Order: sequence, then C-alpha cells, then structure tokens
Amino acid sequence: MHKVIKRRTGLAQLNLGELWDYRELLGFLAWRDVTLRYKQTYIGVGWAFIRPFLTMFVFTVIFGKVAKLPSEGVPYAVLTFTALLPWQFFSTAYSDAAGSIVGNGHMVTKIYFPRLILPMSSLAVGMVDFFVSAIFLFMIMAYYRMMPSSRIFAVPLFLLLAFVFTLGLSLWFAALFVKYRDMRHLIPFITQFGLYVSPVAFSSSVIPQRWRLLYSLNPMVAVIDGFRWSIAGTNALYPPGVIAAVITSLVLLVTGVFYFKSSERLFADLM
Amino acid sequence: MGDAVVTHGISKKYRLGETILARNLLRERFAALFRAPFRKNDRGSDEEFWALRDVSVTIREGEIVALIGKNGAGKSTLLKILSEITEPTEGEAHIFGKVASLLEVGIGFHPELSGRENIYLNGAILGMSREETRSKFDDIVAFAEVERFIDTPVKRYSSGMYVRLAFAVAAHLDPDILIIDEVLAVGDLAFQQKCLKKLRSVREQGRTVIVVSHSMTTVTSLCERAIWLHEGKVRAAGPAPEIVSRYVDEGIENDVVWQPRHASHAAFEYHSVEVVRADNGEAADSVPSDVAIEIVFDFSVVSQMPPGRLLLRVRNEYGEPLFTSTSADRSAVRGEPWRIGRQKMRCRIPANLLMPGRYSVSVSHPFGGYDVMHDNIVTFTVNEQNALIDADTREGKIAPLLEWSSE
Repeated sequence: MHKVIKRRTGLAQLNLGELWDYRELLGFLAWRDVTLRYKQTYIGVGWAFIRPFLTMFVFTVIFGKVAKLPSEGVPYAVLTFTALLPWQFFSTAYSDAAGSIVGNGHMVTKIYFPRLILPMSSLAVGMVDFFVSAIFLFMIMAYYRMMPSSRIFAVPLFLLLAFVFTLGLSLWFAALFVKYRDMRHLIPFITQFGLYVSPVAFSSSVIPQRWRLLYSLNPMVAVIDGFRWSIAGTNALYPPGVIAAVITSLVLLVTGVFYFKSSERLFADLM
Repeated sequence: MGDAVVTHGISKKYRLGETILARNLLRERFAALFRAPFRKNDRGSDEEFWALRDVSVTIREGEIVALIGKNGAGKSTLLKILSEITEPTEGEAHIFGKVASLLEVGIGFHPELSGRENIYLNGAILGMSREETRSKFDDIVAFAEVERFIDTPVKRYSSGMYVRLAFAVAAHLDPDILIIDEVLAVGDLAFQQKCLKKLRSVREQGRTVIVVSHSMTTVTSLCERAIWLHEGKVRAAGPAPEIVSRYVDEGIENDVVWQPRHASHAAFEYHSVEVVRADNGEAADSVPSDVAIEIVFDFSVVSQMPPGRLLLRVRNEYGEPLFTSTSADRSAVRGEPWRIGRQKMRCRIPANLLMPGRYSVSVSHPFGGYDVMHDNIVTFTVNEQNALIDADTREGKIAPLLEWSSE
C-alpha cells in the first residue's frame, strides 16, 4: 500500500468508495447522538412528541380557530401535524448538520475521516426522530378517526426530496460556518424564517395562483404539500411546484457537495 | 526492510487571516470591502507564516522514531500532515502502509456513555471495524483494568481509568504505522511502563512508530532515532541518545516562555507569555508545590477594540482542563475597556493548590468580540513538597492545602 500525501489541486474528488468504507463510523456517530438525546433528557422519547404536539396545538388554535384559515377538509390539527413531520426533520437535521463540523472541531483536528460523515450522521439522527414523530401522527389521526390516504406509498418519495434538500443546504452551511463564524447567527435564522414562508401552519392553497411557482422554489412547499396529499388525502398536488422543488434540491445538493468537498481540506486549519 | 514514511520538502504555510479569526467573520469581510474597495487583496505575504519549512525525513519500516522540539516547532503539524488531517502547502509525503494516528487519547469519548459504548465508538473513530473491536474487546478491557466498571458511564471514572481505557483502545489498533502525539505520559508509572512495553511489542511485529514526546527519558528508552524540529525545520536527526543530549544541552526542554513566531496584525498583539515563580520571578520550569506561580502576559493593544478580558486555562498532564480564569472574574462584567499601549498582566496561581505533575497553559487572544485560543503554549512542572505527603496516592485533581482545626 503506497499513498502520496500532497496538496490537492483541481476539482475535488468525490471519493464515494471511501465514504462506504467509513459507513460504520457514520452508524456509530448517529447511534451516539440518538442514545445521548434519549439518555440525557428525562422526557426522552417524549421530546419527539411534545415539541410537534405543542406547536400543532398553538397553530391549530391561532390559525385554525382564531384566523379561521381553510384546512382542505381535514382537521386543522392533522393539517399542521402532517406538515410538522417533515418540517421538524428539516429544521433539526439542518441545524445539527450545519453546526456539525464546527461542533466536532475536536475530532476534525485530531483524526482523519471523510468529513461528509458528520453532517450525514446529523441527518440520520433527524430520521430517527422523524419515525418516532410519525407514530404520533397516526395516533392523532386515529383520534380523529381518519384513515391514511391510499397514496401513502408516495411518502418515501417526498421524504427523499426533504432529505436531498436538507443535505444540500446543510453541506453549504456546514462548510461556510467553518470559514465564517458569524454564520452562527444566520443558521438559526433560516429555520425561523423558513417556518413562516413554508406552509406549516397553513395550507398552501391560501397562496394566490400566480405566486404559486415562485413560492414553490422553497422545496419544503412541495415536501409539505406532498406529505399532506399522500397521508391526509388533501387537494391535488401542484406539479410545476414539485418539479421546481426537485430541481432546486438537486442543484443545492450537487453544488453543496462540491463546495463542501473543496473546502474540506481546509477544515482542520480553520478550527 | 523498506521505508515506511518518506517526505520530500514538506512545508506548511498558515495564513493568519485563517488561523486567527479576523477574516473569519463575514461582517469583517464586508466591512473590509467597504473600507478598501479598490484594494484587491489585503492578505499580504506578511500575514503568512511557515509552520514547517522544507522538511525531508525518511523513516524506515520497523523503526521507533521520536520527534522532539519546543512547542510550536512544527511537530504536531508534521504529524497532522502524515495523518491526512491537514495537507502540506508544498512537498509530498509517501506513506507505505496503513496509518493509525493517535493525536489525543479518547477522541469522541463521551462522558455519558458507558465504557463499553465508548470502546466501540472510539474504535470506529480510530478506524477499527465493529467486528475487530468485538474480537479485541476483552483484551482492551483487561489492558485498561476497568473490568468492574465497563458498564458505568465514563463520567464516573477517575482520570486515570479514563485515560487507561482510551489508551487501551488505541493500543489494540493494528496499523503498519502508528503515529502518537504526546500521549505516553498518561496514567501512573505502572501503566506507563505497560504502554511502553506494548509499543515495543508493536515494533517487534515489524510496525513503525512515530512519537512526539516531551519526556526525554521516554525518548531515549523507547526510540532508536530522534528527529529534532526547530522553528519548522529539521535541526538534527540521528541516534536518539545523541540527539537528545544535544537537545537537553540547549536547555529548552521545558517551555516556560512563549513568544509568537509571527505577528497577528491585529488590534491585540502578544509579545510573550511566561510562567515564573512568584517568590523570585525566575522561570518556573519546575516549581515546588508550596511556591505560587505567576503567568505573565506581555502584550500590546495597538488600536481601539471592544471591551474584553484575558483568559487562561490550565490543563493537567492528561489534557483535562483543571480550571479557567479570566482577568474580569472579579469585576463581574464580561469585559473591561482596554488601555492602548504595551502592558503586562499577571495571574497568580496560589501555592499549595496543584498536585505534583506537569501542567500546560492555554491563553486567549482577544479578537473583536471573540477569543481565539493559543493552546498549550507554556508548560511547567510542580514538584512534590513536604506539605503534600503521599501525593501519588491522593485522589483528586488538585491538592489544596486546607485549614483543619480541632475543638
């Protein structure tokens, strides 16, 4: 075995094979974070439920009862919880992943491993929370005596879309955060702001038709609409919006991976 | 036997704008843009410094080689390049074989997880497969002597147990080339002997070991060759006893004074940080435990900067932070206004507080509203004194001399 270490130039190499060699580390890091999350808090698993539940409650009261926004023919609580499911995946996974390189600076400066492992393990943790919350969605639907729509088979596709978008955005921010530490303020702003511009608390049907495509440039719009459509059986999807979301997400992912890979070699020096 | 590691003219340049935070704030970038819109690039060459310069070394298969030199001589940078953590600016290194590097014990260890969980996690971080860790699990536990506590969260471990476990995982790696940074000084004497024995057996299997050590006894007893780095260059290389004696003759074994090798070109500049004895002001490389120690900061505030304070952190030889103190602690504010000009600040560590042992000091470098840490820049040793009999067996991380009375 002979390896040459020198300054890398030119386009970053993806080296997916190496990522595969380190899959166990990815698993262990994700397992560590999940274990710690549930070990450290007394509420443990309940946390995956309490957060979306309280948010759902507030949204239902304010937007459903007080503002009386349309709910596409399903209980307002179900409308918001189906949206909160992918939204919470996005917001927790993205926040953790964007901070994952800086937060694990200790490891980055002391040991070699493909750095992509860190944001990816944050996403894996978000996935675990997602499945826990999903159980609660079905309990809520059972409470309203609702059956999941027959389109539920499409959920994995929208989950994949959410995954691609979240990973793409996270890679950009994880790498930028290493270079610019004041990203610390911008990273949480994205999720706060995103919550208002994504149809989490309301149905996207309230958006005027002519703004619909522009609105759909935020891939979470299609993800949330897709979740509602396939689980709660709400109104028809807006196909141009879905296509826009797929394109935006793929562009983010591809550029994100390249930006991350090309900044990666400097990570240890910038810590 | 062939070569294990060959480097050709390895150099590593750091840009201060990158290492120190000034450029790392987006708002600073924007501000600079508005201040000097026509200056294309204000990262001049004066802001660069070379941590390594033209280092060419050859390490043969099956050798145990020590890297020695002062703090900041480039030892750690070289190890990081060989471990692929950072890349060289110039030159190249050829590595023949699988590398495992141990730049710190217990990377990724989490206090809330049990010993068992940490072994698997740390194993994965160091590049062991789950299967490999499982097959070596019993050996690791036995080596660390923590059988009874293996399912206890490591936060309940004594520092000795903690480093024993961390080291045990690493000691069971099977690389062709093992890279170790200053981790031999862990645990009690018996455990250190055990580690040395383990390392020698690693060599007997034909593996190569590269160590950084400040302990000249370790270097001479363990290594056949030594490479002495000085200010980023190879000063000398050859048989360990010979190189060590030359190194010791220069009297720079301990690092009690730190002077930055480069200016930071910022509002705050260090001239030096030094550890002295409080009783006579002499350099405090080795201080009896009943003498107070002072850390002396010599610095200049060049231009206006937001209120702030200096911070220092003392770590013991296990790398555990013992305490952190700031110059604003007594004023109950986060920072105080700076006085422009060159000045000194002192922090006194009282006598009869620290356990006998080796300590390292990290200090902050105020940068706008942020602190950048200069890690482990000075080290000193506290010696056992009558006041602290049986310090070896005394449990705890500090050994304050307290008032006792009887009625």
